[in-house]
Amino acid sequence: MRIKLAIFGLGLMLLSNFSNAQTSVQGKSKQMLNGKKVYDMYCQACHQADGNGVPRLNPPLAGTVYVTGSKTRLIDIVLNGLTDPIEINGEEYNNPMAAHSFLTDQQIADVLTYIRNSFGNKAGTVSVAEVKKQRAKK
Amino acid sequence: MQKIRLVVAMLMLLNVIAAQPKLQVAIQLPVGFTSKVVANDLGRVRHIAVNSNGDLYMKLDRLVNGKGIYRLRDKNGDGVMEDTLAFGNYTGTGIGINNGYLYATSDQTIYRYKFDENQNIVNLDQPEIVVDGLLNKRQHASKSITFDKVGNLYVNIGAPSNVCQEQDRQKGSPGLTPCPILENAGGIWQFNTSKTNQTLSDGIRYATGMRNALGIDWNNEVNDLFVTIHGRDMLYQYFPEMYNQKLGAELPSETFYRVKKGDDCGWPYIHWDHFQNKKILNPEYGGDGKKEGAPNAISPLVGFPGHMAPNALLIYSGNQFPAKYKNGAFIAFHGSWNRTPEPQEGFYVVFVPMKNGLPTGKWEVFADGFSGMSPVTNLSAAKHRPTGLAQGEDGSIYVSDDKAGYVWKISYNK
Ligand code: HEC
Repeated sequence: MRIKLAIFGLGLMLLSNFSNAQTSVQGKSKQMLNGKKVYDMYCQACHQADGNGVPRLNPPLAGTVYVTGSKTRLIDIVLNGLTDPIEINGEEYNNPMAAHSFLTDQQIADVLTYIRNSFGNKAGTVSVAEVKKQRAKK
Repeated sequence: MQKIRLVVAMLMLLNVIAAQPKLQVAIQLPVGFTSKVVANDLGRVRHIAVNSNGDLYMKLDRLVNGKGIYRLRDKNGDGVMEDTLAFGNYTGTGIGINNGYLYATSDQTIYRYKFDENQNIVNLDQPEIVVDGLLNKRQHASKSITFDKVGNLYVNIGAPSNVCQEQDRQKGSPGLTPCPILENAGGIWQFNTSKTNQTLSDGIRYATGMRNALGIDWNNEVNDLFVTIHGRDMLYQYFPEMYNQKLGAELPSETFYRVKKGDDCGWPYIHWDHFQNKKILNPEYGGDGKKEGAPNAISPLVGFPGHMAPNALLIYSGNQFPAKYKNGAFIAFHGSWNRTPEPQEGFYVVFVPMKNGLPTGKWEVFADGFSGMSPVTNLSAAKHRPTGLAQGEDGSIYVSDDKAGYVWKISYNK
């Protein structure tokens, strides 16, 4: 009896895990789709369609630790912009990046999920809650 | 034995391959012209200058082996510049030769080096400082230089801004009137070359209202300054209701001006629109795509398609090229980025026929093919990007590339 229950429980767990994974896959592909729209409108001009940026001016988003590393730092870059020189893969870039705090939490979560999983990047998704939390810290 | 021969043969082959410049693309030129690669793989070669003895000087914006200036010399007169000299530990763009000196610039300082009678530099490690402390806020900080015939130096101090908004490059941020940047940037300053250790206040603001006049040359035929200016970015991205994607790629014009002392080219209030042939008020200053502005600003001689980045200007004074080229303008277009997702444009050298300082015909592409592809859909894939121009004593011209560090020599063979 106990064993049966345990098996039943395990089955439930598996089932719920499976459906969780299912919704997050759906969630991610929706974020990727919407994130690309935000990217094309607000980021592409500087960082380019292939995410490789513009030499001397705008840094690449492909293969940089700023994109695939800390999510809070990444969210801050979009919310506050960047004007101090930073070194990205050994190079400096001379344009400033304006703050994009006018984007909604959802748009920021989507575009960051998109850049973390495009141009050869592979990193975790960014949620609306994570953006909301960072914005509240300002 | 056989094996050894094979290895030797392979090594020889490798040597031959190594001696060939890599990544070479075919440059297309008008009939009768030929090109030859004279330097390669030097990284960010920005502006260049050729001395009367044929020595080629290149200013690098990224140090190569710790040096920011390279000189190539053909020691034995066989047409190959086999001798390399490197000096200067700073990066930058500007370089020029005037009255016994080589001038070179970092983004805030103008240095000079003295030539001896054999055209060798006597103070390689101790250049004189001609002007120091020029505005360097990274954006548009390259200091291009040229000289007139009476001992003055002209330097471009680019505006560290897109269009002088309260918040630079912030969608929706209004433009500032008057634009405070114009006090110490956004124009051409004139300095006397008979003095050293000058600062901005020793010079005069020769002309204003220029976002970034990277191309700058003195026209000896008419004794005036000529410049090419990079137009503003982001008309479509900030104002999609006035400029659609295609229009935002074509506008504003990149511009070519004749500039007299005291002239104003109108930045940041207006941009040139080569479709309407008008100075159009920028939307950040109340413009709607049609309203004109800056009535006192001068108009350009030519408006080119947008964003192609005219990085260098050379008024041709040589005798080698056919007569139509004399006193005309060569302009090196670096190639665009702000046309995305439309294909990028530029990556070529253009010629504007001129007489008495005025264009006598339509501009035409003179040297093409530097990008190594057509169309250029991704800027990062372009092989070369024209950046600098120089004229040799024999009337050949040189084109530099800051993507792969190449320099081409272009000659006319009757
Ligand atoms: C006006 C041009 C411009 C726009 C538009 C722009 N950026 Fe940037 N971005 C820059 C520049 C320039 C830097 C580097 C700034 C510095 O070095 O101080 C940068 C830096 C970054 C970085 C950190 C460095 C790196 O390359 O990993 C990230 C991440 C980034 N941008 C993401 C975005 C996203 C996402 C958008 C759209 C929401 C965007 N940017 C829009 C110009 C821009």
